[in-house]
Amino acid sequence: MTDSRPVLTMTGISKSFPGVRALHDVNFRLFPGEVHALMGENGAGKSTLIKVLTGVYDTDGGAITLDGEPVSFTGPMQATAAGVSTVFQEVNLCTNLSVAENIFIGREPRVFGAVRWGEVRRRARALLARLDLDLDVSAPLGSYSLAIQQMVAIARAIDIKARVLILDEPTSSLDAGEVAQLFRIMRQLRDEGIAILFVTHFLDQVYEIADRITVLRNGGLVGEYLTTELPQLSLVERMIGKELDVLEGIEEHSRRDLTALEEGTPLVAVSNFGRSGAVEPFSLTIHSGEVVGLAGLLGSGRTEVARLLFGADRADGGEVAVDGTASSLRTPAQAIDHGVGFCSENRRAEGIVADLSVRENMILAMQAARGWLRPIPRRRQDELVDKYVKALNIRPADPEVPVRNLSGGNQQKVLLARWLITEPRLLILDEPTRGIDIGAKTEIQKLVAQLSDGGMAVLFISAELEEVLRLSHKVAVMRDRQMVAQLANDESLDADRIMQTIASGSHREEADR
Amino acid sequence: MTTGSLTAGRTRFRLPRKQIPVLATLALLLVMYAIGVSQYTAFSNVQVIFNVFIDNGFLLVVAVGMTFVILTGGIDLSVGSVVAMTAMVSAALLQDGMPAPLVLVIALLIGPTLGLLMGCAIHFFEIQPFIVTLAGMFFARGMCTFISGASIPITDGFWTRMSQERIGNPQGNFVSISVLIAFVVVCIAAYTLAYTRLGRNVYAIGGNPQSALLMGLPVGRTRIAVYTISGLCSAIGGILLSFYTLSGAPLIAVGMELDVIAAVVIGGTVLTGGAGYVFGTVLGVLVLGVIQTLITFDGSLSSWWTKIVIGGLLFAFILLQRLIGIRYK
Repeated sequence: MTDSRPVLTMTGISKSFPGVRALHDVNFRLFPGEVHALMGENGAGKSTLIKVLTGVYDTDGGAITLDGEPVSFTGPMQATAAGVSTVFQEVNLCTNLSVAENIFIGREPRVFGAVRWGEVRRRARALLARLDLDLDVSAPLGSYSLAIQQMVAIARAIDIKARVLILDEPTSSLDAGEVAQLFRIMRQLRDEGIAILFVTHFLDQVYEIADRITVLRNGGLVGEYLTTELPQLSLVERMIGKELDVLEGIEEHSRRDLTALEEGTPLVAVSNFGRSGAVEPFSLTIHSGEVVGLAGLLGSGRTEVARLLFGADRADGGEVAVDGTASSLRTPAQAIDHGVGFCSENRRAEGIVADLSVRENMILAMQAARGWLRPIPRRRQDELVDKYVKALNIRPADPEVPVRNLSGGNQQKVLLARWLITEPRLLILDEPTRGIDIGAKTEIQKLVAQLSDGGMAVLFISAELEEVLRLSHKVAVMRDRQMVAQLANDESLDADRIMQTIASGSHREEADR
Repeated sequence: MTTGSLTAGRTRFRLPRKQIPVLATLALLLVMYAIGVSQYTAFSNVQVIFNVFIDNGFLLVVAVGMTFVILTGGIDLSVGSVVAMTAMVSAALLQDGMPAPLVLVIALLIGPTLGLLMGCAIHFFEIQPFIVTLAGMFFARGMCTFISGASIPITDGFWTRMSQERIGNPQGNFVSISVLIAFVVVCIAAYTLAYTRLGRNVYAIGGNPQSALLMGLPVGRTRIAVYTISGLCSAIGGILLSFYTLSGAPLIAVGMELDVIAAVVIGGTVLTGGAGYVFGTVLGVLVLGVIQTLITFDGSLSSWWTKIVIGGLLFAFILLQRLIGIRYK
């Protein structure tokens, strides 16, 4: 951190969309050689601020200066040319092209119009060496892991005279080791004097890497703080604008007596259930009212377990009993008949139909269960949708808004509501809180606890151990596509013990495809 | 072969997966040629190969244009009709006594203009290429019959000279002018794809159009360009066809677009875009040509066997691409 002049300032920025005031009078400044975290709940205006900065949106008011000069970018390309580069959450590169080409496409060194491939490769190697990466620059980008692809995206971003690097949730799909590697590169760039704007939902990461924090709430500026002077709890309070006691309430609830729950016939019991290439055979029982947590690293087979239980993939063998009678879960239709609901982790691709309204999205699963010949009366639809919009605190509370206009957290709630409307007996939630803000996260956690109190069985999959511990009665641990342990969630169980279980037996592999 | 160095810029020392389809096509071609040579003594005559080029020169040129389109993940169904229309327009204008150079210019402008319009429709209105080029196909075919319901012979001196000119060696082996033109087109296309920004943008768009846009590449311009290029190649193909047949007929080259797509895919270009080489397309066209030649040499087989074999091969190659694609993930 330096005391020099800010490289970038944004003053009095306002931006409205029809019906929404996305930003009003926001100030933001960025100094050379700092990592500056932009924090806020979903819908607080973080993305809008970045899009205003990079020229994707016009401003309604306010001024931006770069190196003291007023600037107004017309698009990301112009921003990049001026030294403000952005790396988005999803890696926006072409996996079919080589690493070197991905870094330089659009600005390849040329002679008489012909691309100088040797020069391209040489420069790419030099650039990657600067980031301490040793890659085969001629290999297609797709042959490297997502984390490496992200670093290549950063390499592309900083190649030109980048002075400001915007990282929009770069860590959301990386595992711990990969995050560490990313942070090493971020520190190095910071030390070279680049100003880094870092957006993330992971509070721990903010405290690990950021020098300064700006908090937004509901489109307004809450304040700018030095990380060292803002304790984590205060940060969360400033983000959600209220005291955070809800989490503790859940904590109390969950450590219930597992034995009482596990009396009687399990709702679903599978044994030797597996699918070659996806997950080794496992056995698992889930009782009514029980929350079973599924913990494990990215790619350890968590989602595969969920897909098997929902019949989305067909198991190779094994027995299934529902309510104590032998049965099968071979197709999603069968699973739904048994009262199983599945919220996919990939909500954009597999869950939400972006162009349909909130109401239509919520009604989908119930309508499918009834059959398309028996439409749900509009009044009944409105009743149900109203109930869940209120219960889940979905914002905006207008059921006729297309779902694409909702923030990620609210989309996730709509997806949840879709399954809740069908009143499932077992609800499978695959990463329901990934990429959503702490407020929405808390609400979803609270909801899961309530549902299980009401007798619903829940299979809760999450990469965040804290969350799994908070909610589950029992934690099943996945490692290398095997279910290696099932631990009762009592006083003796904590995140460390789960980590040990994940780590023990085999050396930890980085998720490398 | 010049196009062999296309792979420069990629790994040279290993055998990357994306080149497996091209190598498979090459192997297939060699096997078929070996079968031909072992079965029929006359097959080993170099002129047999030259004839394959002479008979398929126009197909090769059109397939090169199609390669650009398919590399972006698109499709152009209009090529066969545009070929026919170009030949038809040339024949009709020559019949009316227009001088040959002027006819050439006009004929060569029609295809790219139609391609440009189709590209604009695809880009600006975000319509599926399949539908837009289907419309283009019907339009161009309709224009053919509008010009004349019957075949128009070409008697122009320039055309007959181009048709009959033989470029050969003292041993009597020869190729036509069309083959040379096709060769030039192939070289220009290969160079464009490997060494120019336009070419690299084509690959990027085929790989991930959304990313290409966010990387600041001119996606719209490139997309319009590939349909224009395909239109130009179809126009050149139409001229070559009129050299070959010395006529314009309203129902010539019906279904040719499908042969062209087959040749491109057998040549290893992935239908979803982003991977493939012009060199592969040359091989794909040769495979088609050699199958025809083998069936002609046999004499007892119906020419429809060509279609059956192409159908089987096409299926096998798409399956191969899919398998590689799955393992690639």
